[in-house]
Amino acid sequence: MALYAALTYYPEDHYWDHPEERQFHADYNEFTAAATAAGVLRGGEALYPASSATTITVKEGPGGDVLLTDGPFAEAKEVLGGFYLIEAADLDEALRWAERIPAAWRGKVEVRPVFRFAESPPAA
Amino acid sequence: MTPDERLAETVRLEGRVVLAGLIRQIGNMGVAEDAVQDAAMAALRTWPRDGVPDNPRAWLTVTARRKAYDVLRREAARATKEAAAGWGTEVTERHPVEEVIETVEPESAVRHDLLRLVFTCCHPALSIEAQVALSLRTLAGLDVAAIARAFLVPEATMTKRLVRARRKIADAHIPYRVPRDVELPERLPGVLAVVYLIATEAHAPSAGDRVVRVDLESEALGLARLLFELMPDEAEVAALLALLLFTGARRPARVDADGDVVLLPDQDRTLWDRAAIAEGSARLADAVRRSGGVAGPYQLQAHLAACHSTAPGWGDTDWDRIVTLYDLLLSVTANPVVALNRSVAVGERDGAAAELVALDAIASLSRSYLWRAARADALRRLDRLDDAQQELRIAMTLAPTEPDRRLLTRRLAQVVSRPRS
Repeated sequence: MALYAALTYYPEDHYWDHPEERQFHADYNEFTAAATAAGVLRGGEALYPASSATTITVKEGPGGDVLLTDGPFAEAKEVLGGFYLIEAADLDEALRWAERIPAAWRGKVEVRPVFRFAESPPAA
Repeated sequence: MTPDERLAETVRLEGRVVLAGLIRQIGNMGVAEDAVQDAAMAALRTWPRDGVPDNPRAWLTVTARRKAYDVLRREAARATKEAAAGWGTEVTERHPVEEVIETVEPESAVRHDLLRLVFTCCHPALSIEAQVALSLRTLAGLDVAAIARAFLVPEATMTKRLVRARRKIADAHIPYRVPRDVELPERLPGVLAVVYLIATEAHAPSAGDRVVRVDLESEALGLARLLFELMPDEAEVAALLALLLFTGARRPARVDADGDVVLLPDQDRTLWDRAAIAEGSARLADAVRRSGGVAGPYQLQAHLAACHSTAPGWGDTDWDRIVTLYDLLLSVTANPVVALNRSVAVGERDGAAAELVALDAIASLSRSYLWRAARADALRRLDRLDDAQQELRIAMTLAPTEPDRRLLTRRLAQVVSRPRS
């Protein structure tokens, strides 16, 4: 068996609890239920909008100058290579870990908060 | 200051302190800002009629807090209703119940709250535009319309920028805290850069038809003063305040009666604000004392400004010292504009031919009207009048503001009318 990451992309930046977005929650629940029942789902999270992202680059290797940019990573040249899920007290702590990920000097690391639902979405 | 202006100033300064504390208490910047603004408006409405309360800060704190908790309670109620209908947000669990807290915090707590606010508004994960907007709105207490005017953007654009910035602070959990001592060296330059940027925008507006935007210049100075009050031991903070005092002191001489630019060599130095220069010198001395022998970029710039501020006239300026300071500044910041200013100083020290050589070494600035104008001036002094005219014509197409273009037009007329030797 092999592991895969399925990365979800959207035409527009959105909050998951936005009224227009809620209509799709049932579909997501349906997918989640099916994938869980089949035993294939290893994890997954909803993210805050791309506007909450911070992109980090470390110049000249580990311990080099840290450069932060407000917003998501949007250059077409580099490609997505993987992801880590980091639990931290606040953005500063998350960024301190992010700057140690080798991708931060080989490319870039986008740090995006995970969206927390207050309760499970209602069943459709 | 009129009594009304003094009252407004009190409300603004106390409002800032109240806001910093309220954000810590309720953890919601937007709600806190609206509440403090409402309280400030209530103060401006009722104080002239009823008299200023004995403790303006306590009055504003109580009023703002009441308003903030009203909003939070309403939001919580709505969230509960939504949760009953479907599923809600976190509002109910996140917001604390109203509690009785002593209305006025000790000064040390106030300082700490203000520092928190400074470092949150100038957090490097926010765009520089957002940092500037938040600093002017939240730290300086300017209203959105005024900030929008200052940066020549529609008010709606500025509102959106602020909303987005506050939302990012909340969503990404940008912390509301003072960086630890070990983090300060990497965070402080960012804060100083925001204030410096506001000052530069004031000193050399990037567009528009006025020479100086007095509002932004005094806001930058106010912010620098605030930083100095909060961090009196930081050498670069004192240096930035010194720099802004020196440059601000020249303001009365920088524009003539027609609203035209008067450059440093031609300024009437008797118009300079001597008190501001004296204060600048004192802050620069503070910076030198605290820097432990290593001058940072703001200290070097403050020394440069001091050279001009203390010279009796352009011709009496210590150009050798100025060139040395520019060399030091270039060694810490690779800024082409610094190199441009250095070239002009070289010209004053060693003559126009040397200046031209120095300018041609930084030809990457050829799209800058300042570089063109400096080159034109060197060429004029070398009697290469046709070349000087051509440079001035190019400079006019590159100049960003109307007063700049008028100045270049006057220069061009002088070069054309000058009889050949």
